[in-house]
Amino acid sequence: MEKTLKNVENVIIRFAGDSGDGMQLTGGRFTETTAIVGNDLSTLPDYPAEIRAPAGSLAGVSAFQINFSSKDIHTPGDKVDVLVAMNPAALKVHMNELEHGGMLICNTASFTKKNLTYAGYESNPLEDGSLEDFFNVFAIDMSKIVTEACSDMDLPPKTVERTKNLFALGLLFWIFDRPTETTKSWLRNKFAKRPELIEANIRALDAGYNYGETTEIFTTRYMVDKADLPPGTYRNIVGNYAVSLGLVAAAEKSNLPLFYGGYPITPASEILHTLSSLKHHNVKTFQAEDEIAGMTSIIGAAFAGNLAVTASSGPGISLKSEALGLAVMAELPMVIVNVQRGGPSTGLPTKTEQSDLFQALYGRNGEAPIPVIASATPGDCFYTAYEACRIAIKYMTPVIVLTDGYLANGSEPWPIPSMDELETIEVKFADTSSFVDGQFMPYLRDKKTLARPWAVPGTTGLEHRIGGLEKEDVTGNVSHDPENHHQMTLTREQKLNNIVNEIPPTDIYGSPSGELLILSWGGTKGSCRTAVEDLQAEGRSVSHIHLRWLNPLPKDLGEILIRYKHILIPEINMGQLSKIIRAEYLVDAQGLNLVKGKPISKGQIIKKVNEMLES
Amino acid sequence: MADVKKVEKKKYSRMDFTSDQSVRWCPGCGDYAILAQTQKVFPELGIDRENIVFISGIGCSSRFPYYMNTYGFHTIHGRAAAIASGVKIANPELSVWVVTGDGDGLSIGGNHTIHLLRRNININVMLFNNRIYGLTKGQYSPTSEVGKITKSTPFGSLDRPFNPLTLAMGAQATFVARSVDRDTKHMQAMIERSHKHKGTSFLEIYQNCLIFNDGAFASMTNKESKADNVLRLEHGQPMLFGKENKKGIKFNDNIPEIIEIGNKYSIDDVLIHNEQDYVIASMLANFTYLDIFPDPVGVLYAIDVPSYDEHVVQQIDEAIGHHGTGSIKELLNSGNTWIVE
Repeated sequence: MEKTLKNVENVIIRFAGDSGDGMQLTGGRFTETTAIVGNDLSTLPDYPAEIRAPAGSLAGVSAFQINFSSKDIHTPGDKVDVLVAMNPAALKVHMNELEHGGMLICNTASFTKKNLTYAGYESNPLEDGSLEDFFNVFAIDMSKIVTEACSDMDLPPKTVERTKNLFALGLLFWIFDRPTETTKSWLRNKFAKRPELIEANIRALDAGYNYGETTEIFTTRYMVDKADLPPGTYRNIVGNYAVSLGLVAAAEKSNLPLFYGGYPITPASEILHTLSSLKHHNVKTFQAEDEIAGMTSIIGAAFAGNLAVTASSGPGISLKSEALGLAVMAELPMVIVNVQRGGPSTGLPTKTEQSDLFQALYGRNGEAPIPVIASATPGDCFYTAYEACRIAIKYMTPVIVLTDGYLANGSEPWPIPSMDELETIEVKFADTSSFVDGQFMPYLRDKKTLARPWAVPGTTGLEHRIGGLEKEDVTGNVSHDPENHHQMTLTREQKLNNIVNEIPPTDIYGSPSGELLILSWGGTKGSCRTAVEDLQAEGRSVSHIHLRWLNPLPKDLGEILIRYKHILIPEINMGQLSKIIRAEYLVDAQGLNLVKGKPISKGQIIKKVNEMLES
Repeated sequence: MADVKKVEKKKYSRMDFTSDQSVRWCPGCGDYAILAQTQKVFPELGIDRENIVFISGIGCSSRFPYYMNTYGFHTIHGRAAAIASGVKIANPELSVWVVTGDGDGLSIGGNHTIHLLRRNININVMLFNNRIYGLTKGQYSPTSEVGKITKSTPFGSLDRPFNPLTLAMGAQATFVARSVDRDTKHMQAMIERSHKHKGTSFLEIYQNCLIFNDGAFASMTNKESKADNVLRLEHGQPMLFGKENKKGIKFNDNIPEIIEIGNKYSIDDVLIHNEQDYVIASMLANFTYLDIFPDPVGVLYAIDVPSYDEHVVQQIDEAIGHHGTGSIKELLNSGNTWIVE
């Protein structure tokens, strides 16, 4: 039959199912193909902390959202246009976020009495008519169709049934007019040793695609044109992978061996996984016995002259805190990545949050200033990791990189940088220029940066001792002198403040003065920018500034802030940046503070802006 | 990396290993003897001074690096083993020494100690055991005997103590040895053996704290009692002790007993020490808190297995051999890419 082809600018799809239904895989494959066809995109995986929560339970629902567009987009989107619900629990959890009139695709085989009861349904919503008034419902027995498709194969029914996610994927490929070949070659690679699984999955994928093509249920296909992205070679990139690449790039640029010491923790482990596979890049990874050893091993590696890095999340960073103080005292270069998750304590391991800003800035005993830089998008994780390495080496200091669970697992199309574009990382190991009267002075500083010399064991004539006790200026000997301690405290603070010279003038999106300024940091950038674009299109006087460096803050920030009548700071915490901005600049910054384990949406920001402008 | 200048082996004297910092332990502290023997024996080890790194945690013993004219790092409580691991893996060419104590290495840092031992990173651990907390002024330690009266245990300590040697054996250490602060020559020999061992060497040194636990090892250092209470181990030699070596250790159905050499037993009945025998080493390690047996000193256990750091280098070499040296440019452009014009 005749199918209509309709052009749309933007589509948001959410794949939702049981933890074992392969929703992350399905979303990942859809993302890859969507990237290759040239749409701009942004993704948000949302999975439970339990590896296998009870099948069919609400707690066990795993979801993956993708927003793709022919325009430049910054977020995974708010309400979804298409919801794929593989079981009743997935429908229950995600239904409220499907747009009215949106497409709802369900696998009827999972809507059994048992699963319905488990999800809290008294009757089957696919049959009782409760959904049709709101959504465009497509109830398909996917399990039955894939079983048919593989009927002549000698495979256990369970194995065949498991390919139903590929059916759903194939169907969506048809609906949104994208090719299946990338997924097929991926399957051939993934199951290289199990040809029967390649076959079964490809059959399921084709069955889904053909189902769209041949049945009369689907009358419309949607086209999303290529996005008008700046020219270049692109790849799709996930935040944690981008961090890893940024570190390896910094190692290559600085010509230093990379040493990664860490302990597995959600959602940071992928950085350890990635780096441990890159040994041929002269990367050493050390899976330590605990978070403390992860941190202290990198202090040792930094002392020995490696580019030393660790990554963790809130609870792990807490354990590293004492050693961070030693890193400040010893003034050695290293990078600490905190992939923030919901806290306090174990909190919400798989959910995103921005609540470790205070911890990064202040979470140590004594006056222990550490530079803090935050990533704004999955792709930006590459640049912040790289920048952190550069600053750490130039200023001889630990640097904290803040990312979060959303950035870590989210993805976007990413123009691949050329190594020539990246700023040089100059490494200058200590030599005789740090000698006074024939003696090496481990705390004789560079006049401009205040960095101390990096004197690496193995170098003749530079034998010296350092430690966590207060140092005497210049000599580095132990000193309990009160004046010296005061002086050294000021010096460490000044060294951090000197980094302000590395921060370019603040980029203002919108008018340089006006009614309202949205100030953001970290992963909320996309939602803030999208909200501001919409508000500006309506003619509202709203501008946006996104902070990359949290410590130190840009030197022009104070004079910019006072040019706006209102300042709004959306954060996934109880107002940590708001408090800093209020204290630092004495301005009446207001917060939008939603701590729900997911990104703040554009709609929530716009609502808050309207409230502020109306009052 | 910084240039490690490889010229012909330098000749050093004790003074070359003495830093310009004045030593600040209490007069009469056992640490002085350990420092002196270390500075004395290091010129003999044949390591270029710039390749030596001393790492310590917190405690009286952990001041040690300040007094050695080598690279040194006085770090934080309990973490020396983990920091040293980072140093050694980052640059396996270095000779890395951990100086720690019974509190630093077995209490707050116990986890790092056991994991260092099981990994067998080529690091030398010198654990000064004085069975007391000195720096915090006299609380009991994890090696203090049960019932110890201290500032924090006025009615006697309740904890059963760790035996550092059995702990090391249990953690699958590949080199386990003990010496005593007063036994200068023996300590030099043990430091030398530690250095020569490939993998983690664990050397416990009984060290007297004059102020808070004086005489803890007196029975092993007093002239009168020394012979009866110390079993000096030597590989391939019978386990003899006592005045004129008239006592020995014999296995009786795999249970150790003390025999008198003379009428009933001859020297042929005495167990021969074998450093590679895990059972013998474990038995000897267990003598420590058993009053009837002498405390063993010397090398209890030493086996030759590849070290962790060797494997690290090997894996990297193999990966480079297999893939070629990685280039970030290739890595960035790997996977599915597309061009926007």
